Amino acid sequence: MKTSYVAAVLAIAGKDLRVELRSRELLSLMLIFALLSILVFSFALELDRVAREEAVSGVLWVTLIFASLLGLNRSLAQEYDQGNLDALLLAPLSRTAIFIGKFAGNALFTGLVALLLLPLMTALYGKNMLDPRLVLTTLVGIAGFCALGTLMATLTVKTRAREALLPVAMMPLALPFLLTAVRATKGILTNATEWQAWFQLLAGVALIYLVLCLLLFRFVVEE
Amino acid sequence: MPRLLRALTIATVLGFAATLYLGLFAAGTDIQQGAVQRIFYIHMPAFFGAFTAFGLSLFGGIMVLAGKSADWDKLALAGVEVGLAFALINLLTGAIWARPIWNTWWTWDPRLTSAAIMCLTYAAYLMLRAGFDDTERRRTFMSVYSILGFVTVLITLFIIRIVPETIHPVIVGASPQNAQGSFEATSGVMLALAPSLLLWLTLMPITLMWHRYRLEDRLESLNRAKLKALSE
Amino acid sequence: MIDERAIIEVERLSKVFGLLPALQNLDFTVARGEFVLLLGANGSGKSTLLRLLSGLSKPTAGAIRIGGWEMPREAMAIRPHIGLVAHRPLLYENLTARENLSFFGKLYGIEANECDARSQALLQQVGLSRRADSLARAFSRGMKQRLSIARALLHQPDILLLDEPYSGLDQAAAEALDGALATARREARTIILSTHQLQRLPQNAQRALILSRGKVAYDGVARAGEMTAIYQAASA
Repeated sequence: MKTSYVAAVLAIAGKDLRVELRSRELLSLMLIFALLSILVFSFALELDRVAREEAVSGVLWVTLIFASLLGLNRSLAQEYDQGNLDALLLAPLSRTAIFIGKFAGNALFTGLVALLLLPLMTALYGKNMLDPRLVLTTLVGIAGFCALGTLMATLTVKTRAREALLPVAMMPLALPFLLTAVRATKGILTNATEWQAWFQLLAGVALIYLVLCLLLFRFVVEE
Repeated sequence: MPRLLRALTIATVLGFAATLYLGLFAAGTDIQQGAVQRIFYIHMPAFFGAFTAFGLSLFGGIMVLAGKSADWDKLALAGVEVGLAFALINLLTGAIWARPIWNTWWTWDPRLTSAAIMCLTYAAYLMLRAGFDDTERRRTFMSVYSILGFVTVLITLFIIRIVPETIHPVIVGASPQNAQGSFEATSGVMLALAPSLLLWLTLMPITLMWHRYRLEDRLESLNRAKLKALSE
Repeated sequence: MIDERAIIEVERLSKVFGLLPALQNLDFTVARGEFVLLLGANGSGKSTLLRLLSGLSKPTAGAIRIGGWEMPREAMAIRPHIGLVAHRPLLYENLTARENLSFFGKLYGIEANECDARSQALLQQVGLSRRADSLARAFSRGMKQRLSIARALLHQPDILLLDEPYSGLDQAAAEALDGALATARREARTIILSTHQLQRLPQNAQRALILSRGKVAYDGVARAGEMTAIYQAASA
């Protein structure tokens, strides 16, 4: 009576989506944070138009990463606080299915925030942020970051200082994403050919992290 | 101290003295860069020493997760500490060299950036480690972290092959087009480099890590004795 | 399906947390259909044992065989046969009672129509059918516990593990729990129930297993009315 892999992934991600559509806790929190962050950055950089344009890609990624951290914490806390993770682990499911289910939910929410952010930033910063290459880069970066985040949040959620620990544990490991994603974004915005090299590096890092996190998740949840 | 460790320690000290002599005196002075080029005989081997140490901490992490003895966690810790020390030597010697050659201590070049990320990642390892009381949970967490952290080592190693815009020279193999401060790997250079590289790749990290492992082992038995004394 | 007589076999089972031993060298078997009470003070290792039996944690040493399957290694084969009512309710607060059950039904690969029918029957049984469409977050501790029992029985497990199910329950919830236990007994499910409250023991248990400091201090017949004396003798 083993549950089919895809059905389990869909059930877990679908459950997160249903909870979210009902409460809109996570998405509204992430969105408000993202909007505030964009506004703060644009005020802070307002005086200097050139600096602002230079900083666009950095603003985008810093905002996305912190918004996603907010979501990740809540998403895993919701599994852990009521002991639900145990309930998932009790079911006859592959542990990787649980990981992918949670990861899919997290990536979906962060992806939605990004898709709302890009047109807004196009308007605010006067750059075409809706370039398909840029949308692709954003989604790849988010996928990698959320894979890492899902794993790390599963670890930190069990500790006392989890809200503080997650960013501290995540940021160094996420720097390769930040670095490559910012450079690729900048390359696309300035129409430089080097964006491809950075994009490939970003995709490579995202893939490596995704595979590693998938393999490591089993060890993180089993005691 | 086990006899093998004593032998390793003596060999490491003697080897270090010998490679210093080779690098500082025996090798010829670079015509363009002058004496500062000699720092290279430590700069590059230090990176590879860090590579060995971080690699061993990766291995320790894998063994912990594979359900082997908790002692592997001590190996991982020793690897991170020794590796971080080597990586900092690598950054520091690089900065000293860059001052006269690139005319700056530091630049956000891809290779330098990734090396800095690597150092930060492992510095965070030590900070995170200190933040746990539950040893079992800490072991899992730190093992996962040391495995993921190794990605930054690989990035540092391979970034110049992927992103060619670096100004960092490659001595063995073709340098990137815009590399500044390159020099040729003549037989004289190689004669001083090869022993140093070998020493830093093997003897140095292994000996230091072994000492660090023993220290951690003692700390642990001390804690155990303390716990026992308190519970009685 | 599991059909051996000794459905649970535990051999030289130990669990150590860091330097602290939680369970030491446990040896016992549980026959199919048996109702075992697991007694012991807080920290005696009851929860640890139930977590090990349900596969949520791995033994440090020793073996657990359930229905002939080796516990950590063949856990996937065992999981469909185990239902756990843990101390925490293991429910999603922002889903309704019915949605919670249908979600867990999907995880156990129960076909949707079948799952709806079972949920309906279980909600009826634990007395929650009128609150089936309210969010779990609006439930009292007792109602959550009742829903939690329904969740544990949804996939019709052969073995039902309950960790301190009576703690914090009101009268109605305790009765619902007794009812559910009686039904589970009739359906020949094996039950292991842990508790530290000797004044509130379920009536029809056959056997008691008393843990004291991670060791079995008593293993024998559960005689209603005499458990307090047995317990005090065993843990002294």
